[in-house]
Amino acid sequence: MKYLTEYRNPKLAKKVLQEIKATITKPWNIMEVCGGQTHSLVKNGILSVLPKEITMLHGPGCPVCVTPLNLIDKAIYLAEEKQVVLCSFGDMLRVPGSKKSLLEAKANGADVRVLYSPLEAVTIAKENPDKEVVFFAVGFETTAPSNALSVIHAKKIGLTNYSILTSHVLVPPAITALMEDTESKIDGFLAAGHVCSIMGYWEYIPLAKKYNVPIVATGFEPLDILQGILMVVKQLEEGRAEVENQYTRMVKEKGNESAQEIISKVFGIGDQIWRGIGTIPDSGYQINSEYEAYDADKKFKIQIEEVPENELCIAGDIMKGNKKPFECSAFGKLCTPQNPLGAPMVSSEGACAAYYNFQDMIK
Amino acid sequence: MPKFDFDIITLAHGSGGLLTNKLLESGVFDLLQNEELDKHHDGAFLEFNGKVAFSTDSFVISPIFFPGGDIGDLAINGTVNDVAMCGGIPQYLSLSFIIEEGLPMKEFWDILVSIKYAAEKAGVKIVTGDTKVVDKGKADKIFINTTGIGKLHPKANIDIHNIKIGDKLIVSDNIATHATAILSVREGLEFETTIESDTQNLNDLTKVLLDKFGNDIHLFRDPTRGGVAATLNEIASDRNVGIVLHDEQIPVNTQVAAACEILGLDPLYSANEGIFMSFVPANIAEDVIKELHKFDESKHASIIGEVVDEHQGKVLINNPMGGKRVVHMPIGEQLPRIC
Repeated sequence: MKYLTEYRNPKLAKKVLQEIKATITKPWNIMEVCGGQTHSLVKNGILSVLPKEITMLHGPGCPVCVTPLNLIDKAIYLAEEKQVVLCSFGDMLRVPGSKKSLLEAKANGADVRVLYSPLEAVTIAKENPDKEVVFFAVGFETTAPSNALSVIHAKKIGLTNYSILTSHVLVPPAITALMEDTESKIDGFLAAGHVCSIMGYWEYIPLAKKYNVPIVATGFEPLDILQGILMVVKQLEEGRAEVENQYTRMVKEKGNESAQEIISKVFGIGDQIWRGIGTIPDSGYQINSEYEAYDADKKFKIQIEEVPENELCIAGDIMKGNKKPFECSAFGKLCTPQNPLGAPMVSSEGACAAYYNFQDMIK
Repeated sequence: MPKFDFDIITLAHGSGGLLTNKLLESGVFDLLQNEELDKHHDGAFLEFNGKVAFSTDSFVISPIFFPGGDIGDLAINGTVNDVAMCGGIPQYLSLSFIIEEGLPMKEFWDILVSIKYAAEKAGVKIVTGDTKVVDKGKADKIFINTTGIGKLHPKANIDIHNIKIGDKLIVSDNIATHATAILSVREGLEFETTIESDTQNLNDLTKVLLDKFGNDIHLFRDPTRGGVAATLNEIASDRNVGIVLHDEQIPVNTQVAAACEILGLDPLYSANEGIFMSFVPANIAEDVIKELHKFDESKHASIIGEVVDEHQGKVLINNPMGGKRVVHMPIGEQLPRIC
């Protein structure tokens, strides 16, 4: 696998690790924003080889984890009560709603389908004109272009039986919220490489300055992450707080401008609920008035009662980096990947599931 | 395909009447013909001396035709391999169909032809069977059950209790190929690739190893559903031993590895239909590999780990970065991730 194996080279990794050790003189807390990076950190055993001065905090960047409970209930309602063909990315299926998951709804006879691209859902809508097809459009800025494109395409070919149920969250407002949190212990950030490849890193420049925090756009392979950590540590040790780009093979300062153009055609920015964290101002994409007919929430006028989260779950504190999964009383006992109480235990990119799967290595 | 006066299979074909007869007489019996089946009896008369290996499996798969095979050869190879994993020499098979009405006769015929060739290649005879047809929606096109039986290889002593600390773990070829091939054609997830399912009979390979290494072969297992991870977790927990894997020694086809990367799947948890794992004493492991490398079906055979006297009941994997992780028992089907 060209362009992947090079970034998993153990000799080079050891070299970067030595450089980190040679640079560091004080303890630092570094947050990786993205769940993909959390997964890679743990899977590759990086946490166990980092110098003890570094504490990695695992951020809110797991789209499955931050999708509101109420929205999962809505998706289940659409599939069960409105008999829609509910299409979704695979890892949303196992996430528990207030009563059940989409996987259980499927087992009860609902038409729930796993897709890899929302454009497939448009094809299903085209082929089944007598059925309503809804795509469960969740994710960060990364999945927004393809979700937007599916709506543009549906409108272009005159489909009236396609819509999307959205929960799109944005990274920069989340960083602001994390830094405004009085309990925050974060000294530096690894920004999510895939989000930056779409949006660029220009939005982070004022944040680094305002909060005096280094932010490094970082990739996902072991070498990427180690190099990202090294870049953050160097800045911290030298007293700098700048935005730097580790993931240069994918990320440009302005990002992918044609993808951004597609996003802005369909979505506007508004307040967004993050599961476990709460509402963050201006932190989500919402379908604009031009494409309102494709907003499943409005189309089906869904009213679902808000149900509180399980009291034991401290997902919010974990995703803000204030607590580690081990500090949760339910972790590994009442809450396991087989029986998750909260979303970070469901997705392999959630901090709790990552810790559970690899716990023997971290303890 | 012979000429039939019907294009699709209907409930009447499973009713036991004239149409059932027509289907069997002009189709199934001719194609799979052998002296036992020719007797048209309710069952088969078989003669055995000594110990036999006996196994059964049901096959449900969507789509029923996939790159590298179909539900027909899968159903033969699956049961043949289960018998082979016991150290048996598969000889006879039963074959039962549950067909959803409306299945095109052409598709049924194609499946029968695959069954015929797979049985011939594996050297087994289909000696008894059954056909049922169910209402539309009560099955997914076609389900197949096969049961296999065969005498034990005279030198075989396959037993999970034979596994010892220090035994090496061998995998006979690339892992995760079958699951990835199926995924590449599953509705909604299609991607372009030349990956084909690895479905194949393994009894020839296991016989070669048993002929040569006899009771030094401590265990054979085929890592089908749940993949290598599920099979090894079962073994580690049954025997209360630790198993260590070495990431860089695990053979995975490059295209398969790339597809798994993109979809967020772990090859260790992906199903296989044409490979086996074997536990053997360390001193013969290299010789077993040399033997396997002589055959096309096992040219990527590799020593991927060993049995250890620590972390009892658990499977661990060493990765090249110097880190380790636990390979857990899978919870359910792997689901492709968002990004």
